Amino acid sequence: MTSLAITVVGHDRPGIIAQAAEVLSQCGMNLEDSSMTLLRGHFAMTLICAGEADTDQIEAALQALVDDSLDVTVREVPEEPDLPPLGSTYLVTVHGADRLGIVARLASVIAQAGGNITDLTTRLSGTLYVLLAEVDLPRSANVAALQARLAEVSAELGVDTSMRLIENDEL
Amino acid sequence: MSLTLPTLPDGRILDVVRAPSHVLSVSGSPVDPGHPAVVQLCADLVATMRISPGCVGLAAPQVGVSAQAFCVDVSAHPKARTTHGLIVLVNAEIVEASRNEKAREGCMSVPELTGDVKRAAKVTVAGQLPISGERLLISTDAFEARALQHEIDHCAGMLFLDRVVGAHAVYPRKVYLPPPDVGGIVR
Repeated sequence: MTSLAITVVGHDRPGIIAQAAEVLSQCGMNLEDSSMTLLRGHFAMTLICAGEADTDQIEAALQALVDDSLDVTVREVPEEPDLPPLGSTYLVTVHGADRLGIVARLASVIAQAGGNITDLTTRLSGTLYVLLAEVDLPRSANVAALQARLAEVSAELGVDTSMRLIENDEL
Repeated sequence: MSLTLPTLPDGRILDVVRAPSHVLSVSGSPVDPGHPAVVQLCADLVATMRISPGCVGLAAPQVGVSAQAFCVDVSAHPKARTTHGLIVLVNAEIVEASRNEKAREGCMSVPELTGDVKRAAKVTVAGQLPISGERLLISTDAFEARALQHEIDHCAGMLFLDRVVGAHAVYPRKVYLPPPDVGGIVR
């Protein structure tokens, strides 16, 4: 069994997902986790698939997709343990005037506190910059200190940042 | 205010069915509240809910039975406002719903995923009690309203996955532990 990480990035048009998924299915590769979206109008797909085909076979099969406007990468990845993290999850929300370094500085603050960003989306709309990040914090983390440091750095960047605990409603 | 429920027989502990089991996707049939099998099913749902850690509700399809029966008890839950204690209903439906709110839901039948779902924060539910078949109207809010809607959805063959708010609204389940420090909002 081989696990492959595949990215497809480029000019958006109808049918990219259908075509890529069909190629993988024909090659016996099971599409496992994937994320597909438009980033500033560009189509962007990242996925992990598993099966018996190897990198060269899949690269060759996906050539049907590749053109001047669409790029495909394929590489083998090791199996990763898919274990739930222990700790608490927070949603960090940032918005403000766009400037260089917002993600770099805030992500650095989170990393220094031992936080692991498990999902992150940013959007630039005119001059408004919006960042949403889900952050897992270990039990040993000092949440109050992280909040204070985020507030401090956000003030320097001129952006508003909030951080709230995400709770599950178990039903 | 707690409901006055008829006394149910001793319940059995049943296995909880997990997706992708077909029974979870089938709309349950209306049931005869007085039928001994329905009464036993209601008792089994309560017994199984009681021994499942953190479980605040369980519907018949979750124990493999396609039927409109469920139980809910959110009385010990910190997010509950109005509570009716143990609720056991058959043939229930939502008759009024207002004030949609989004929250991240988990479900014993989908143990490895959670999802953001919008549900009414105020509902009125009509249903029948087991044994007597007495018709009830229950008006409630907040967490109890969400739990009732979740269980009525199960009875109709729907999972929270059928109601998530968008293509990026399903997440791997995380193990939530008490926060290491005081959570809150910094601005």
